[in-house]
Amino acid sequence: MTLARATGVILAKELRTEFRSRELLGTTIVFVLIVIVLFSFTFNPTSTESRRFGPGLLWLAFLFAGSLMLQSSFLREQTNDTLAALRLAPIDPFSILAGKMAANFLFLLLVEVIMLPAFAVFYNVAIIPVLPQLLLVLSLGTIGIAATGTVFSAVAAQARLRELLLPLLLLPVLGPVLISSTEATIGVLSDPSEFPRVWLTFLTCFDVVFLTAAWMVGEYLLEE
Amino acid sequence: MSTPLASSPKGGSGNGPGECPASGLRIQFSEVEKRYGMRLALRGVSLEIAAGECVALVGHNGSGKTTLLKIAAQLTQPSRGKIAFFSKENGVPLDEVKSRVGMVGHHTLLYEEMTAEENLIFFAKLFGLADPAEKARQALQPVGLTGRATDLVRTFSRGMRQRLSIARALIASPGLLLFDEAGTGLDPEGQQWLGATIQQLHDSGCTIMMSTHGRNETQSAVTRAIRLDGGKITHDSGAGGNPSEVLVMSAVRDSGEGGES
Repeated sequence: MTLARATGVILAKELRTEFRSRELLGTTIVFVLIVIVLFSFTFNPTSTESRRFGPGLLWLAFLFAGSLMLQSSFLREQTNDTLAALRLAPIDPFSILAGKMAANFLFLLLVEVIMLPAFAVFYNVAIIPVLPQLLLVLSLGTIGIAATGTVFSAVAAQARLRELLLPLLLLPVLGPVLISSTEATIGVLSDPSEFPRVWLTFLTCFDVVFLTAAWMVGEYLLEE
Repeated sequence: MSTPLASSPKGGSGNGPGECPASGLRIQFSEVEKRYGMRLALRGVSLEIAAGECVALVGHNGSGKTTLLKIAAQLTQPSRGKIAFFSKENGVPLDEVKSRVGMVGHHTLLYEEMTAEENLIFFAKLFGLADPAEKARQALQPVGLTGRATDLVRTFSRGMRQRLSIARALIASPGLLLFDEAGTGLDPEGQQWLGATIQQLHDSGCTIMMSTHGRNETQSAVTRAIRLDGGKITHDSGAGGNPSEVLVMSAVRDSGEGGES
């Protein structure tokens, strides 16, 4: 079975189980909404101030939402040792990681897209004129979070202090993604005519490097 | 409780769900050693299991039974030594072995938030089988779960989950079946059903390796018993030998020492 096909089968399984339980999406959406609403009271949400602080808050909320979501990505496979069932199948081990990465990317992106209108309302930011650029930044940043988060979730799931280990591993590595995503979002919201090429190039490079590394070590990550 | 799987004649060409291919796999472990950190789980195990044998692995918890099964399933690699698989006289490349191995564990290896049918379709797709939906329907029938096909696995009893787990393991018609304490948690009737099912799979030509505790109904098909202690083989009834002696001796020894065995 090809890598793409196996990835697709695992992605479909992840989507089916999550949309059936809505366990992660529900929790994450509520969490991000609370963060957005609470912080909107801490400073005067005029457009100028929002453009300075808003993107940072937004990405911080997405980061915490991501770590909440990613924690259970491999933990769920431990209930009935279903990770062993996946590893028993004659597929490329990277397809297990890739399927989960794709699912986490879609879940996070969905949360972000649902939360954008709330962000626009509470922080008085016009997002409609810059929506394509904003979606590009969100997509590239989210690929980074989903790729690193899924890999570290696989590592942490096999450790004893797994709940503690994932944020400890994830947050330092995601620093560059957060900084460049925030800077790119500030750039898009401040001056729609100026495309934040440097930050987007950096994000693309990070995503490519991390996905390549995950592909190379995927087999070892999943072995006990 | 459903009847055991529909039997197929020994050496027959059964390739449908619930059956083995015409011949089981022959396995050769050569000086296999497995280390988990500082702990040595297997110490130079050399063993040859002929095609069509039904081998019981017995021993204390931590004696290396599960590790040996995991190495046979390609779930983990030996730290030292080699494992080789043969179909008739031809070697089977290691990257093709997974498509010819089925495993049933103490854990069900099933997704509880999916239905019985969805689970089987998912695994049929992962094994690259043609017409996964039809394969799933066919696999449910011999384990007596056709009527519960669209029910979520989390609503199933332990016995039903284990039957579904066997259907999952058999969906790609494997030549080697591994049972890792598959009877644990089953009531006597469930163990009897499992024993009869293993017997039928053995009769159809499958090679079977199973780890078990003490003496129980699941051991009725066993043709060879191997006792492991501290990662080493200490007793082997051998191919064509009498497995009862090793099984009885292990059951007595392990219960006498207060271990679960």
